[in-house]
Amino acid sequence: MALLRGTGMAAVNYPTGMNLGGDPTQALVHATTSGSFNVVLSSTDLGQGLKTVVAQIAAEALGVGYDQIVVDTADTDTGPHCMGTFASRGTHRVGNAVKMAALEAREAVLQLASEELEVSVADLVLDGSGNVSVAGSPSKTLGIADLASRAQFQYGRTIAGRGVFMKPRSDVDPETGAMDPDSTQAYACTVAEVEVDTETGVVRVVSIRSAYEVGQQVNPALVQGQIRGGAWMGMSHALYETTEPYYPDRSHSPKDFAEYLMPGAGEVPEIESVVLEIASANGPYGAKGVGEMTANSPIPAIANAIFDATGVRIDHLPIRPEDILRGLDELATEGTREGVA
Amino acid sequence: MGTTIVRFELSGRDVEVLASPLATLQGVLRSQLGHTSVKDGCRQGGCGSCTVLVDGEPMLSCLLPVEDVAGRRVTTLEGVTPAEGLQPVQRAFLEANGYQCGYCTPGMELLACALLEHNPAPSRDEIVEALSGNVCRCTGYTPIVDAIEAAAKARTTTGATARAEAAR
Amino acid sequence: MTAETNGAMHVVGQSVQRADGVGFVTGRAQYAADLTFPRMLHLKMVRSPLHHARIKGVDLSAAERVPGFVRALTHEDVPHNVYTILGLIGVEPEEEFVLAVDRVRYKGEPIVAILAETEAAAYEAVAAVRLDLEELPAVFDVEEALRADAPVVTHWGNNTFMYEGHECRRVRLGDVETGFAQADHILEGEYRTGPIEHAPIETTGCIAVPEANGRYTVYTNTQAIYFSLDNTSIILQLQANRLRFIGGMVGGGFGGKVDVIVEPLATLGAMKTGRPVRYVYNRQEEMQVSSTRSPEVLRIKDGVMADGTIVARKVTGLMDCGAYSRQTPYAVTKFAANAAGPYRIPNVWIDGYCVYTNRTPTSAMRGFGVTMGSWAVEVQMDKIARQLGIDPWELRFRNAHRNGDTKPHRKIVADATLIETMQAAAALVGHELPAELRAMTSAPRAPQDGGR
Repeated sequence: MALLRGTGMAAVNYPTGMNLGGDPTQALVHATTSGSFNVVLSSTDLGQGLKTVVAQIAAEALGVGYDQIVVDTADTDTGPHCMGTFASRGTHRVGNAVKMAALEAREAVLQLASEELEVSVADLVLDGSGNVSVAGSPSKTLGIADLASRAQFQYGRTIAGRGVFMKPRSDVDPETGAMDPDSTQAYACTVAEVEVDTETGVVRVVSIRSAYEVGQQVNPALVQGQIRGGAWMGMSHALYETTEPYYPDRSHSPKDFAEYLMPGAGEVPEIESVVLEIASANGPYGAKGVGEMTANSPIPAIANAIFDATGVRIDHLPIRPEDILRGLDELATEGTREGVA
Repeated sequence: MGTTIVRFELSGRDVEVLASPLATLQGVLRSQLGHTSVKDGCRQGGCGSCTVLVDGEPMLSCLLPVEDVAGRRVTTLEGVTPAEGLQPVQRAFLEANGYQCGYCTPGMELLACALLEHNPAPSRDEIVEALSGNVCRCTGYTPIVDAIEAAAKARTTTGATARAEAAR
Repeated sequence: MTAETNGAMHVVGQSVQRADGVGFVTGRAQYAADLTFPRMLHLKMVRSPLHHARIKGVDLSAAERVPGFVRALTHEDVPHNVYTILGLIGVEPEEEFVLAVDRVRYKGEPIVAILAETEAAAYEAVAAVRLDLEELPAVFDVEEALRADAPVVTHWGNNTFMYEGHECRRVRLGDVETGFAQADHILEGEYRTGPIEHAPIETTGCIAVPEANGRYTVYTNTQAIYFSLDNTSIILQLQANRLRFIGGMVGGGFGGKVDVIVEPLATLGAMKTGRPVRYVYNRQEEMQVSSTRSPEVLRIKDGVMADGTIVARKVTGLMDCGAYSRQTPYAVTKFAANAAGPYRIPNVWIDGYCVYTNRTPTSAMRGFGVTMGSWAVEVQMDKIARQLGIDPWELRFRNAHRNGDTKPHRKIVADATLIETMQAAAALVGHELPAELRAMTSAPRAPQDGGR
């Protein structure tokens, strides 16, 4: 009876966007009378922080502070079409649409600034904090909020923009499977360490340590949220949850949280990560999707760690204590702990 | 046995509700009293999103017949939230990103308030133990534990001020 | 175009606090089921207790006598009683009914919707509905479902979704048999998973409200409000601009709130009664009736050289879509696009099947089509490494795809960073990589190394 430790690694990719494309998103951006900006969408935030991410992208494109952006979502009467939040498409597609709309609104601001400052648009610079000035003459500066307000009441101009992002829908060759499924893909590599109790078969995940490459983090804290939440859900897929514990037999199906097993706060391992940013060719500011991938790489890393620890190879999910115990019994019968695949 | 009137104290105010025979505290808080921060995740005591405080103790309101709180003191997150701003536990959850979709958050925060009343400087293990009946599907729990730990520190360092805010 | 702000970004890349956070930490955030409207009705569903059955009769008489009963909705009330979830993006055939007509194909399939004044009355009326069902043989095993003598689940007579005349989605690159013949080692593995439920803490739900101007507003926790609106419009044969969908507050999605399950019937109820109708899943429905991640059987056969280079990979995936295919046909294509893993392999054969059984329909879930494929491939890679006596890291590096490589579905690799990601992970955990692997990059291969 022992506690056996082992490590396992796994490397994965995950595509960004609805498979095969054809999932457009549109965005509208307009200045208010006070000079702040509204971003109007029908996209849904699932709690991962999509509204925050698009506000950041809009603020970046407009050259204003994050607090100058209000995001209005999820009313089909006001928001233009969005396919929805799934397939890790949010940051990429909604972000691109918002960036495009914000840039058009920015162009209207700069046009007005160029007239007031009597220079060409090409001679203007933004400081990123809501001010536009003449390159090389920082004293010749205007506030974007004031410009937007004057546009409304003095000049009768709109400061607004429209954006859309769509990867056109493509077909699949029925014979070869040739297709263009995604806009880009992100990558993850996870190393999991487990400790297996050979008396009970219980697996304790000691640590999940990963590298993620996501193009460009829009909000690092929110990326961490996906990394931690994803690692927990991946661990849950590997060791705990299913609606059919005796699949394909449908009996004893869980009806509630008492019966549907998931790890609790006390089972959470040490989760450590490093995030790489290698800009994608077509994401907003280089961003790729990340929300789904974070749950994927821990699963095989844990399975491989269990093999490393015990010599027991389990090729189904979830891996349960009884599976480990049966595997250990079989190994004992075979009399070997070598790397039996 | 038909509908009865049940009176209790809700967040500092005396209230009375109509209680049909199967009425739960969760049901009347949400539908008669408008305290929708009390969430409705399972009605089986399995998720903890309906957690409220009864006489300062965390209870699963979905399992509690409303008659059982007659004459007692019930606290929801509406009762903990100050009229302006946030109290220390809420501020800690906000700053630690101890939430994503927000559905488990009221229950988690009330647990934290009750825990810190009894145990102002809990260890991480004690925090984890306190959370063991509440399910979060989004965060992986660590940000919630971090938030409660930070709230405990803030409470100790700001001392009397924090306690006065929390009691409002 | 104007100069950018001297190349540095000011907001993107910052960990700004979520502006909506205050709503969550104060409990002020309003979710769909928190809303209430005057004279609101509650919709509860009569569901099949059997896995597979013919419906001989439905007797509503006792239900109608329950105090608080308002009306029932049956398939006859649904203008276009076909659930067309992928029809919007051109994926056929139409196969699932919003409310069952003469047959049910999974335990929990909706048959009659009951509208009542209170939730308790609705549940009581549901329990009072008498169903006359003739049980039919059911199939739960995905391999059994593929056999010629299996009970047929679909109404058109097949237990597999057809991909342009083929029984599976195919990917073919090179010739795997040639690859296997030249390989030094052959490795085969079989991997199996059961269904997995999203289990969001907030259940699926919506409230449909008739407006004074003849339109209907639907407050919903769907992940895709236009997708839901368009499907509802088709099912109700109601011009889309008579519908307004409001959402954006979702207590956990994970792919479980994309199936447009509650909005059409809640809206139909509002149309038929002139009153707001609330249709919210209880936890048992969320656990047992709402869609799950599909169970899968994955078989991988690899031809590997002694140095660990994979020269051929054959993957067969059976994805159990349950009684109705929902979004699984789409997932099988996505699976096929990713099933060989992020590796450069010259000969690849992938067959992805969408197989019908008499279980809860499966649909989108976090990682849809890829999660289990990645798991199976990475366990297989571990086996290869062990069998050949090669370091598991080296095996990945050796086979990792790079920019310019050709993927099995013939798209050219771009934005590849697998090598750099693995290098960073190795550094994080303190795993010393040999110099050759530390020096690798995802840059396109030189022509002499097989680059373009």
